[in-house]
Amino acid sequence: MLPETCYHCGLKSVTTIQIKEKYFCCEGCQLVYTLLAENGLCQYYDLTNLPGLTSKGHFVSSKFNYLDNLAIQEQIIQFKLIDQVHVTFYLPQIHCISCVWLLENLHKIKPGVIYSKTHFEKKEIKIIFNPSLISLKELVQLLTFVGYEPVIHLGGNDWLKKKKINKKQLYKIGVAGFCFSNIMMLSFPEYLSNDAIELGALRHFFIYINLLLSLPVLFFCSSDFFISAYTGLRQKWLNIDTPIALAIAVTFIRSVYEILSQSGFGYLDSMSGIVFFMLIGRWFQDKSYDSFVFDRDYNSFFPLGVTVLVQGKEVNKPLAELVKSEIVLIKSDEIIPADAILLTEGGFVDYSFVTGENAPIEVQVGQLVYAGGIQKGRSIELEVVKAVGQSYITELWNNPLLQNEKNVEKSFVHPWSQYFTMVLFAIAISAGVYWSIYDTHKILPAVTAVLIVACPCSLLLTVTFTYGNVLRGLGKRKLYCKNAAVIEAIHKIDTIVFDKTGTLTNHQDAQLEYIGKVLNEEELIAIKSVTRESLHPLSKMITQFLQIKVVGLTDFQKIENFIGKGTKANCGEYEIMIGSISFLNSYHIFTDSEFVGSAVYLAINGVFKGVFKINHLYRKGIDELVNQLKNSGYHLHLLSGDHSTEKENLLKLFGAAIPMLFEQSPSDKLHYIQELQNKGHRVMMIGDGLNDAGALQKSNVGIAVNDQTHLFTPASDAILEGGQIYLLGDLINYAKKAKFIITIIFILSIFYNLLGMYYATTAKLSPMVAAILMPISSISIVALTVLLSYTFSSKIRA
Amino acid sequence: MSVIIILIIVSVLVAAGFLLAFLWTVKTGQLDDDYTPSVRILFEENLEAEKISETDPSVIEKKDK
Repeated sequence: MLPETCYHCGLKSVTTIQIKEKYFCCEGCQLVYTLLAENGLCQYYDLTNLPGLTSKGHFVSSKFNYLDNLAIQEQIIQFKLIDQVHVTFYLPQIHCISCVWLLENLHKIKPGVIYSKTHFEKKEIKIIFNPSLISLKELVQLLTFVGYEPVIHLGGNDWLKKKKINKKQLYKIGVAGFCFSNIMMLSFPEYLSNDAIELGALRHFFIYINLLLSLPVLFFCSSDFFISAYTGLRQKWLNIDTPIALAIAVTFIRSVYEILSQSGFGYLDSMSGIVFFMLIGRWFQDKSYDSFVFDRDYNSFFPLGVTVLVQGKEVNKPLAELVKSEIVLIKSDEIIPADAILLTEGGFVDYSFVTGENAPIEVQVGQLVYAGGIQKGRSIELEVVKAVGQSYITELWNNPLLQNEKNVEKSFVHPWSQYFTMVLFAIAISAGVYWSIYDTHKILPAVTAVLIVACPCSLLLTVTFTYGNVLRGLGKRKLYCKNAAVIEAIHKIDTIVFDKTGTLTNHQDAQLEYIGKVLNEEELIAIKSVTRESLHPLSKMITQFLQIKVVGLTDFQKIENFIGKGTKANCGEYEIMIGSISFLNSYHIFTDSEFVGSAVYLAINGVFKGVFKINHLYRKGIDELVNQLKNSGYHLHLLSGDHSTEKENLLKLFGAAIPMLFEQSPSDKLHYIQELQNKGHRVMMIGDGLNDAGALQKSNVGIAVNDQTHLFTPASDAILEGGQIYLLGDLINYAKKAKFIITIIFILSIFYNLLGMYYATTAKLSPMVAAILMPISSISIVALTVLLSYTFSSKIRA
Repeated sequence: MSVIIILIIVSVLVAAGFLLAFLWTVKTGQLDDDYTPSVRILFEENLEAEKISETDPSVIEKKDK
């Protein structure tokens, strides 16, 4: 039988679930389809090809019990009335039009939902519901059921603050644009009149309107430049905003003086134009990636609430209230919230995110399990031994090495602007001295004109637009940087440290391989029937592996599970033994083939048959990437939390000269980075899990690798999508081009400045010359920036 | 010539009207999302949902603050 494509999620599998001509890979997909069909929402399947999300394992209905707790509810709910409650959820699964359509039609499935609106780019949904018809828990369950499990964590209100800053910037741009265009328009008669037409009273009218319009530009729109210049000066440091603020102030004062003394028209048009363009540049550079959060700590990794057993009864309480010696209930696929001792059997804990170990670890009753692990077996009970904030993994955050903030390095632009400012003052003073000898009336006009013309606004424009473009170019390739400072930090990197698990390998693509004697179909069916009964994660993988090979199940007469060892079962004429090598050895079945890493050994009727071996796949293009980075002169290092079983494969990829360290704890990694930095290296760390969190934070540039399925990314400077890691070399090169682009355009802008300086020092700067020079220089700079950054970005491989 | 004064005042006021319209769109969050509305408009038989979204959010946004 051939595998069919699931109508809901598109997964290929051999299945027996079929409705009319539609096949489904699992009960979950079929249930979702039925729910949508009953509510007339099948348009979901017409809008996009195979929009559905695999809903496997998301049917733990009690998982969200903690949402019944009022204290937790209060942290999630934004606004509450008797008949309506407002919530906003982050749904990282949103990926297509069908998602939007389905989520905005939630009210058709559950009448309690009054209103739902998605924000595609932020991957958010705002829902208003009637709490008397549907509870918060039911709402989250509904979302989870259709495949969109919300990511709920504390402190989710950071985005509100960000939004306000963003809005203020837009207000400023709007006001500056309005004032600039009107001042420009009212200045035209002055440029063109040439005294041939008598403007008379009109002239004063125009001038005073201009003066009025320039007030909001000075006091509202350009406030950021003055504040930044002031804070810079207080730290005894000339930043790029200092000469800009100075130029704005001098322009305004001179214009007011000219207007009031009726000696001229002023340069209000140029001033408001410069402010307008610079604000646009800043806004362009600051556009952030709304759906990413770069500064998460461990709190957002853990769930909000836990299920606690109190005298045999399940009680939900907020995680923060969990105390020592309480007994928590952890279900399959849940995260262990605190260091605890296992009380019941069946602990298989996946620590890959915490320690970097590949395979799930079996835990015996009485053993300690660490916070951050994910339970892979059945439900277990645990006795908490340490409070949440003191567990092994959270202690990393209290490490003194992380207490001091990452030193933000001053941009290379600032020293330039410092020299610039000094040269500027030198020219202004010498122009003043020159005119004091020849014509004392021209001292003030010449000096102020120099300060006006030489404003480094074109340098600022170049920088903001170049970084804005490079950030977007990188974002297109799915490397999302926190801000422009990250690009500058990338320039200076000379050492790159890789993590293994989850970074070089892929959690999801663990591939099962059978090595041994050929098995016939009946045998395969028998094996599948046996492994299906076991909750061991490796058994689950084998069942899935066989799912697409054979169909059907057989009954077995006898089954014995030896926890942590293996399973022995009689299926018809077959006696299946499957488990660890020591399990088979205990039945006097021996084999020569020993395998490193995770492997399951199989014997049928007392004869060794073969091995199911789990290969963790390396992401594509790693070998090329390593060569490219080596050739570019970077020092490469590898730090893994896993055992050294993969060393041979890694040697092939990296070569023998690369330092490789295994079984590294999170704080080992952190100290390793620190040591490299002490030796004067500038380090880029590439990692994915909680175990890399310290190293990512300590490094000069921390890049978190993220697969869609891992919803949590540790605090970092940039987030890279896992499948794109082979592009890293190209992306680094592209980021480095930013400085090149800025240098080229800076030379151009100096040329403009010299031209303006000629007019200024000869005291011939008319408002008209200023008004022409300003937009031409600004627009040509922006155009050239866009052109250059586009050319370089098209050189990155697709 | 004095008519020019009136005309210019009118033109600045018209421009100010556009400025206010822009500020209003920013304030009410109409520029927050530049993708979803373009998709939403293509959905059929969405009349009911639109009615609800027209009446409710305005009330809501204000109460939120």
